[in-house]
Amino acid sequence: MTAAALLEVDNLSKSFGALRATDQVSLTALAGETHAIIGPNGAGKTTLIGQLSGTLRPDSGHIRFAGEDITRLGAPARSHRGLARSFQITSVYRDFTALDNVALAVQAHAGSSFRLWRPARTDPALRDPARAILDEVGLGARADVLAANLAHGEQRQLEVAMVLATKPRLMLLDEPMAGMGTDESQRMVKFLARFRGRQTILLVEHDMDAVFSLADRISVLVYGRIVATGTPAEIRANPEVQRAYLGEEDA
Amino acid sequence: MLLFLEQTLNGLQLGVMLFLMAAGLTLVFGIMNLVNLAHGSLYMVGAYLWVAFTGLTGSYLAGVVLALAGTLAVGVLIELIALRTLYDRDHLDQVLATFGLILFFNELVAIVFGRAALYTSVPPWLSGHVELFAGLRYPLYRLVIILVGLAVAGLLWFVVARTRLGMLIRAGASNRTMVAALGVNIRLLYTAVFGFGAALAGLAGLMAGPIYTVEPGMGEKILIEVFVVIVIGGIGSIRGALAGALIVGMVDTLGRAFLKPTLATVLSPSAADTAGPAIASMLIYLLMAVVLALRPAGLFPARG
Amino acid sequence: MRARTIAIVAVLAALAAVPPLAAALGQPFYLDLFRRIMIFAIAALSLNLILGYGGMVSFGHAAYLGIGAYAVGILAYHGVTNGFLQFAVAIGASAAIALVIGAVSIRTSGVYFIMITLAFTQMLFYLGISLEEYGGDDGIRLKAHSQFAGLDLAHPTPFYYFVLAILAGFVYLVHRIVNSRFGMVIRAAKSNEARTRAIGFSPYPYKLAAFVIAGAMGGVAGALLVNQTAYLTPEFMNWTRSGEIMFMVILGGIATLIGPVLGAAALLLLEDLLAAWTTHWQIILGPILVLVVLFARRGLAGLLPGGGRDD
Repeated sequence: MTAAALLEVDNLSKSFGALRATDQVSLTALAGETHAIIGPNGAGKTTLIGQLSGTLRPDSGHIRFAGEDITRLGAPARSHRGLARSFQITSVYRDFTALDNVALAVQAHAGSSFRLWRPARTDPALRDPARAILDEVGLGARADVLAANLAHGEQRQLEVAMVLATKPRLMLLDEPMAGMGTDESQRMVKFLARFRGRQTILLVEHDMDAVFSLADRISVLVYGRIVATGTPAEIRANPEVQRAYLGEEDA
Repeated sequence: MLLFLEQTLNGLQLGVMLFLMAAGLTLVFGIMNLVNLAHGSLYMVGAYLWVAFTGLTGSYLAGVVLALAGTLAVGVLIELIALRTLYDRDHLDQVLATFGLILFFNELVAIVFGRAALYTSVPPWLSGHVELFAGLRYPLYRLVIILVGLAVAGLLWFVVARTRLGMLIRAGASNRTMVAALGVNIRLLYTAVFGFGAALAGLAGLMAGPIYTVEPGMGEKILIEVFVVIVIGGIGSIRGALAGALIVGMVDTLGRAFLKPTLATVLSPSAADTAGPAIASMLIYLLMAVVLALRPAGLFPARG
Repeated sequence: MRARTIAIVAVLAALAAVPPLAAALGQPFYLDLFRRIMIFAIAALSLNLILGYGGMVSFGHAAYLGIGAYAVGILAYHGVTNGFLQFAVAIGASAAIALVIGAVSIRTSGVYFIMITLAFTQMLFYLGISLEEYGGDDGIRLKAHSQFAGLDLAHPTPFYYFVLAILAGFVYLVHRIVNSRFGMVIRAAKSNEARTRAIGFSPYPYKLAAFVIAGAMGGVAGALLVNQTAYLTPEFMNWTRSGEIMFMVILGGIATLIGPVLGAAALLLLEDLLAAWTTHWQIILGPILVLVVLFARRGLAGLLPGGGRDD
């Protein structure tokens, strides 16, 4: 192991009544790696992401980010430490333009927002980086369109743009390609591949092609428990994984 | 000492009436996700219908039964005509629409019965005092209220916890589509729940008639106290409604009775004279603020 | 967007033309009516900041009008008629109480928030009733109008333009606030709270600040209102007043700058019209309000060209 662990998850557990959504989950994300989390529907992937991003409180266990225990921190604090999250169900600001959306994410990390007088929409410190990021994800031409009027695939791109705008050290992406067609998915895969080595990505995905082409390591989550962690080749060959999951993969 | 016991019973009586109101309101909110400001209007309607029917029939009991039936009918009517569309709307819309209903009902009773407060009395067979214990004589009527309220609480617990209907109610609260998919008529269920809540409010109103005055706007006075009950007890839970109601009833009654004399031991009489009633009227709100600071979801919030 | 600016300027200009028109027609009543409309427009404007733009359904906004009114009324009662001092106290008191109430209430959300703000308003209402020295629940006449270094609010026309100036100023202030960084956070939190937290904002301090600002503006409205009615009464804080102000906001169109003015005018004119017809006008107003909520949610501002977003 030459790379340091940026994120260490230590025996995380969460139950909803009798349902063990997260069951003693331990995993690490090494700096610079793309670590995919796969598992059948209902495995508890979004619950896990929720606990990592700070929207859900685990019942027990610890989460360490760059050596610091962040288990008790809320989502905004984690965002300021460099943990950025995208949502599985598109969660952009529908009544704002794409540019406004990204500018807001930029604003959250660009000094104080207790400014009540200067218009935010004409502030170059917010607009310029926002435009740059929109260009980077391929939405440059759609900057002034209301988010509600963007196509579904464009909204997913916007989600990723907002993650980038918060200057992340770790990107938690919850099914970024959900609902995308083949072309769009391939574009997104190419886009995410550019971060290889530069960014740490924890990626929840169903799209197996994407997972196997992007991931350095894969963890398999079944009924809230991690049943295997390893390189794509190791996971492919793992009989337990094959039994539990890969047999169900989409054609 | 006797005074303390008497006031405690008064607190219990107020608490029980608050519970009748809170139970209906919290059920409707928990199951249909509807904030209904016009709940106080149903309380008022119950009181006025009782006055009208008792006057017409000359019989207290007939008046009670007809008033309950009438309030139930009014509740169902409101639900069918005005509230159905509000289930899917956000809380702001619900608040505003039911606020409009309040204006309507207050004016309606003012037109039919006049704006002046109506003073009514307890029938002879319910008046008078009962000798309880330790020489405490307590009004029979208030005692009956307490017993009726506790009986309803018991009935509610039984229905919600032990019957199929109660199961449907609890299930409807957590998963509408699932319950509908099981073939249960959700609309009917909602109307029934709302009607039942209306009847409870009407019962509280008609029992309150002889003790408090019957006048337009009487519903809103108690409604806000019911809100305090629900916030303290926790929304969506009957247990919370009961706990909150008893706490609020006790604190309010005992506060009004004993705060001034208590303050008079440390302050000057004239200071206690002004501060006492002023603080006493604010007591339950201060309590609410304290509970919120410690438990933002109330004492017994509904699970899930 | 430009259409909206023109509309606002046009409305303010029309309001400025009322005093000479009223004088020409020999109808001072209109001066009084429109001044009352403007004062409530200020109240609605302040509520719109937190309700329309911030999504905070405060059912207790009338409390701040009451506090502002009582600040002025009580000071006048004790011989202090300096308007600057009175209004400063009104603003300070309403801001301080908004801070306390907001600090407790904003930690909750949804239904709880509605109930709690309502309950606190009622608490202040009962407090007002218990102030025997200042009239109790009957209220008292205002001892003297506020004086501002030569401007005496007892004179109808100067008072009118004073209110208009404040209204215009506040409209501009709200315009700057909702388009600033601060305003964007408030609006984002209303649009999608989870998303706002995820990008790194903790909405609580911003919401609280907005709540305090709105409370202070409500206090100004109250200070003006007591000068308008020349009577101080706890009824200013009655929760039904809160409902009325909320209706002005909705009727006019939430999250718009011109909405509160239109809404105040519409509701007050409607009330006056109905009241002239029958003393039981509330039985007509009630259902009208229900219908508006059910069918005309975008409000009057939505009827203007450029309807939709407003900045």
